[in-house]
Amino acid sequence: MNRKEITVFEDLLGSNKKIANELRHYLRAKGIFTINLMSSPGSGKTSLIEKLIDHLWPQHPLAVIEGDIETDLDAARIRAKGVPAWQITTGGACHLEAKMIARIIREIPEKTEFLFIENVGNLVCPASYDLGENLRFVLLSIPEGEDKPLKYPKAFLTAQGLIITKIDLLGPISFDLDKVKEEARKINPTLVIFTTSSRTGEGIKEFATYLIQQRQRFQENNA
Amino acid sequence: MHELSLIASLFEILEAQKAEKGFTKITAIKLRCGVFSGVVPECLEAAFEVYKKDTFASEAKLILEVVPVKFRCRRCQQIETAYDLPFFCPVCQSKDVEILDGTELTLVSFEAEI
Ligand SMILES: Nc1nc2c(ncn2[C@@H]2O[C@H](COP(=O)(O)OP(=O)(O)OP(=O)(O)O)[C@@H](O)[C@H]2O)c(=O)[nH]1
Ligand SMILES: [Mg+2]
Ligand SMILES: [Zn+2]
Repeated sequence: MNRKEITVFEDLLGSNKKIANELRHYLRAKGIFTINLMSSPGSGKTSLIEKLIDHLWPQHPLAVIEGDIETDLDAARIRAKGVPAWQITTGGACHLEAKMIARIIREIPEKTEFLFIENVGNLVCPASYDLGENLRFVLLSIPEGEDKPLKYPKAFLTAQGLIITKIDLLGPISFDLDKVKEEARKINPTLVIFTTSSRTGEGIKEFATYLIQQRQRFQENNA
Repeated sequence: MHELSLIASLFEILEAQKAEKGFTKITAIKLRCGVFSGVVPECLEAAFEVYKKDTFASEAKLILEVVPVKFRCRRCQQIETAYDLPFFCPVCQSKDVEILDGTELTLVSFEAEI
């Protein structure tokens, strides 16, 4: 019996990246600007999408993909607003993968301008999986405290932006807004940062306006 | 925990190698894991132990090489490596750095009985 060392040098996430790039290609051709939202459970992802719908829909056709381990409650919340939504239940997996998105991508209506993907509530695993998105945002809510960026560096490193949510709780809860921004920018100095409240509506319009501008740029680059 | 999906991807690659090269058994697997890969080495090892049972790699040893983050200073362009936050440039002390590497998870090589 002969033992032999075989050199491979292959990325374990390579097959996911390949599918993600195909998705990005498809979405680009359709003019669908895609945003992947990641956070710990309960940071306010679905609430933020609901508020964005109030600003964007129906002038800007949009669609939502909800990732969850078990239930389809989040998709039901979105459909209640008349917006097309798909639920992916991962059956235990703690993140969405590109191949899960690929299974439903062709059902998204023509002329859709924005696709929001709400990832499974978790700040570790989703960070490793490209879903073919144009923008990746991490949400961090006031009750979670300021040390999240240091605990979950990869999420902050791979994102383009950070949304500090539940800003209406600032005051009752001690939270140093400047400190968390500084910590996040230590990991990723180019992060775009928004602060929002889905209770009072603060900051939602600014974020919606930003998304419209980003999609415009995306369309110009497409032309 | 996404370590199990990662090990599943590892076995997909190994299966393809097996089909191509026709070995019967794998005795060692070398992975390179960036400190910012988002992987917990202990979880990866645990997932591997579960997954390898009753496969051609059931007796294989997993060798994990943890590699540091590589970054470039945006002020003076110095390239450095580090295992821990916060990252800063040892030359000019700037904290404005661009991460170049250290997020990867790569199958480097494996040892097979042929
Ligand atoms: N005070 C306050 N509460 C909020 C805000 N946004 C969301 N919440 C509350 O936080 C809880 C979780 O909100 P969701 O929007 O469901 O959070 P999520 O990130 O989608 O949660 P998962 O999908 O389970 O990970 C709910 O009880 C919301 O009412 C906010 O801006 N302010
Ligand atoms: Mg939700
Ligand atoms: Zn420097």
